[in-house]
Amino acid sequence: MRNSAKRVNVSRCIQAARLLVLPLFITLTSLQAQAGTVLDGVKQRGMLRCGVSTGVVGFSAPETATRWKGLDVEVCRAVAAAVLGDPDKVNYTPLNAQQRFAALQSGQIDLLSRNTSWTLTRDASLGFHFVAVTYFDGQGFLVPKKLKVTSARQLKGAQVCAQAGTTTEKNLADYARRHQLNIKPVVFDTFEAAFKAFFSGRCQAYTTDASGLASVRNKEAPNPDDYLILPETISKEPLGPMVKRGDDEWLAVVKWSVFALLEAEELGLTQANIEARKADTDPAIQRFVGGSDDMGKLLGLDKLWAVRIIKATGNYGEIFERHVGQGSPLKLPRGLNKLWTQGGLMYPPPIR
Amino acid sequence: MIWLDFLSQPAGFDIGETGGWLFEASQPLWQAMLVGLSNTLRVSLPSLVLALVLGTVVGLGRLSPEPVPRRLAGLFVNTFRNVPLLVQLLLWYFLLIEWLPAPNEAMHLLPGVWLSKGGLAFPWWDAALGAWSMPSQEGFNVQGGASLTPEFLAVAVALSTYTAAFVAEIVRSAVSSVPVSLIEAAQTLGATRAQVRWRVLLPQAWRAAMPPMSNQVLNLIKNSSLAVAVGYPDLVSVGNTALNQTGRVMECIGLMMLTYLTLSWTVSAVMNLLGRQSRLAASA
Repeated sequence: MRNSAKRVNVSRCIQAARLLVLPLFITLTSLQAQAGTVLDGVKQRGMLRCGVSTGVVGFSAPETATRWKGLDVEVCRAVAAAVLGDPDKVNYTPLNAQQRFAALQSGQIDLLSRNTSWTLTRDASLGFHFVAVTYFDGQGFLVPKKLKVTSARQLKGAQVCAQAGTTTEKNLADYARRHQLNIKPVVFDTFEAAFKAFFSGRCQAYTTDASGLASVRNKEAPNPDDYLILPETISKEPLGPMVKRGDDEWLAVVKWSVFALLEAEELGLTQANIEARKADTDPAIQRFVGGSDDMGKLLGLDKLWAVRIIKATGNYGEIFERHVGQGSPLKLPRGLNKLWTQGGLMYPPPIR
Repeated sequence: MIWLDFLSQPAGFDIGETGGWLFEASQPLWQAMLVGLSNTLRVSLPSLVLALVLGTVVGLGRLSPEPVPRRLAGLFVNTFRNVPLLVQLLLWYFLLIEWLPAPNEAMHLLPGVWLSKGGLAFPWWDAALGAWSMPSQEGFNVQGGASLTPEFLAVAVALSTYTAAFVAEIVRSAVSSVPVSLIEAAQTLGATRAQVRWRVLLPQAWRAAMPPMSNQVLNLIKNSSLAVAVGYPDLVSVGNTALNQTGRVMECIGLMMLTYLTLSWTVSAVMNLLGRQSRLAASA
C-alpha cells in the first residue's frame, strides 16, 4: 500500500514538472513557427515599432515623451520614412540589455536598433538577422585621472563597473585572463546604476563601448575633465540593427534603408540638396531618386523611398556629425566609420 | 535534458564575488549558476536571522507600556514598511558608496578590519595555508582575508530592515491575539510571571505567528532577487548574464523560476513542520 502511494506521488510530481515545462516549449516552438510579413503589419498599423535603449546619449535617448533622438533612432526614422512616408510614425520601446532579445523574438517590436554588437552566437542562435553595421565600435575603459593609470594593463586587481547582459562582461573576462589582471567585475542591471556607482567611486574603472564611454564621460560625469578614457580598445563591437528571422522581405527593406543612408553620402546627396539633385543626370543618382529605374518596387516600396529617407534624416555623414560627431556634445571622431572612399569601413553595396 | 545542454559550455564571464567558491570564466555555465544560487542564499540567510531578531524586538517594543520604545518601534515599522524595497535598497547602496572612503584610503577599524568602498574586509581562516589570512592594503584594493562587498551589505541591510517591519507586526498581532482571559486564568491558578509567559503566552502566540511568518521568509528569499539592481551577483544577476551570453531566454528564465520554486517549496515544508510541532506541543 505504501509503495503504491509513493508511486502515485512520484508520478504526480512528474506531471507537475511537465505542466511547468510544457508552456516553455510551446512558447519556444511557436516563436519559431510564427512567420508573417512584418512589412504588411507595419503598413496596416501605420506605425513602426522600434526597440531602442533606455537612454544612451548620441545613440538613442528620449527627447520628449514620444520623440527620441540619436544615431540608432535615425535608423528607425529612416525605415519609417521609406515604408510609411513619415519618419515620425515610430513607436519607441525602451529596452534594457536583457529585455531586448525577448522583445524581438516575441514580435513585440519590428526592429531592434539599440547599440547591439554583432556576434556569431547572436546571429546564429537567437533567431535574428543582423542587418548591417551602423557604427564600428570597440570596448574601452574610463578611469578617474587621480588614479594615475594610463594603460588598461595597469588595472591589476581593480574592480570594474559594467552593465549586465552585454558582450562587455565576456570581453572583460577575456582581457583580464589574457593579461593576468585579476579584474573583479561589479555588474549592474541598468546602464545608469553602473555609471552612477563608478562616479561615486565604487569601482576603479568603468567599461563599455568607446562610444558609450564618451557619452557617459561628457554627459554624466560631475566633471568630465577628471576622467580619462584609456587608449586600449579591447574588443571589436560592430553595432547595428536587427530583425527577426523568417521574413526576408522585411530584412531587405531595413537593410537597404541603412545602405541608402551610406549611398547618399557617397553620392553627395544631403537633406538640403536632394530635391535639387533629383534632376542630376548621373545614372547612380537617377537610380537613387527613382528617376530612371524603380528600385523601390523590388523592395515592396514605391520609387521615392530613398528620397524620403534622406529628406527625413540626411545621409549617414550628416546623422553621424549631428548625433555623435562634431555637431554633438560627444565629439567622437569619425574614425572607422568613415566611408571606404575616405579610408573607413563603411561600404554600401551598390543600389542598382 | 537537451534543452539544458548549453549549461555545460564555458561561462565566459567572471563573477565579482563568489563567497569563497573558486570560479573562473573558463568553468561551465551551470557552475556559474550555482555560484549565483549560493550568493542568493548567502545574503538571504543572514538577512533572515537579522530580520527575525530585529522584528521580534521591534514587535515587542510596540507592545511596551513605555511610550518611548513604543513610539520608536512604531516609527520603525511605518518607515520601513511603507517605502518600496527597491527604493530602500538603492538608497542604502548609494549612501554606502558615497559615504565610505576609497579603497586606497580604507578606514582601519580594528587590526585586520578595513572598511571602504571596496567593502568590509576582515581576517579569515585560510584552510589551504592553515593560518589566518590578514587583509592589507595592496595596489588599488584591500587584499587578503575575507570581505563583504558594499553590494552585499546594502542588500543585507535593506532586506533585513524591510522584512523586520513585517515580522514586528506579526509578532505584535500574535501576542495580542492570545485572549487576556487565558492569562488571567493562569494567574488565578497561581502561575508565576515566567510560567505565564513561557507556558501560556508564547506557545499560543507562536502558533498564530507561524503561517504569516512563513510568508515573510518566502518573501525575503524572493525579494533578494532585487539585488541585481545594486550589482550583487545573485541567481537572477548571473542568470540574466547567462541569458544574454547564450540567448537562451526561455531556458534561463525557466531555470530561475524552477530554482526559486524549489527553494520556496523547501522553505514551506520546513515551516509546516515547525508549525506542526508547535501544534502538538500546545495540545499536549
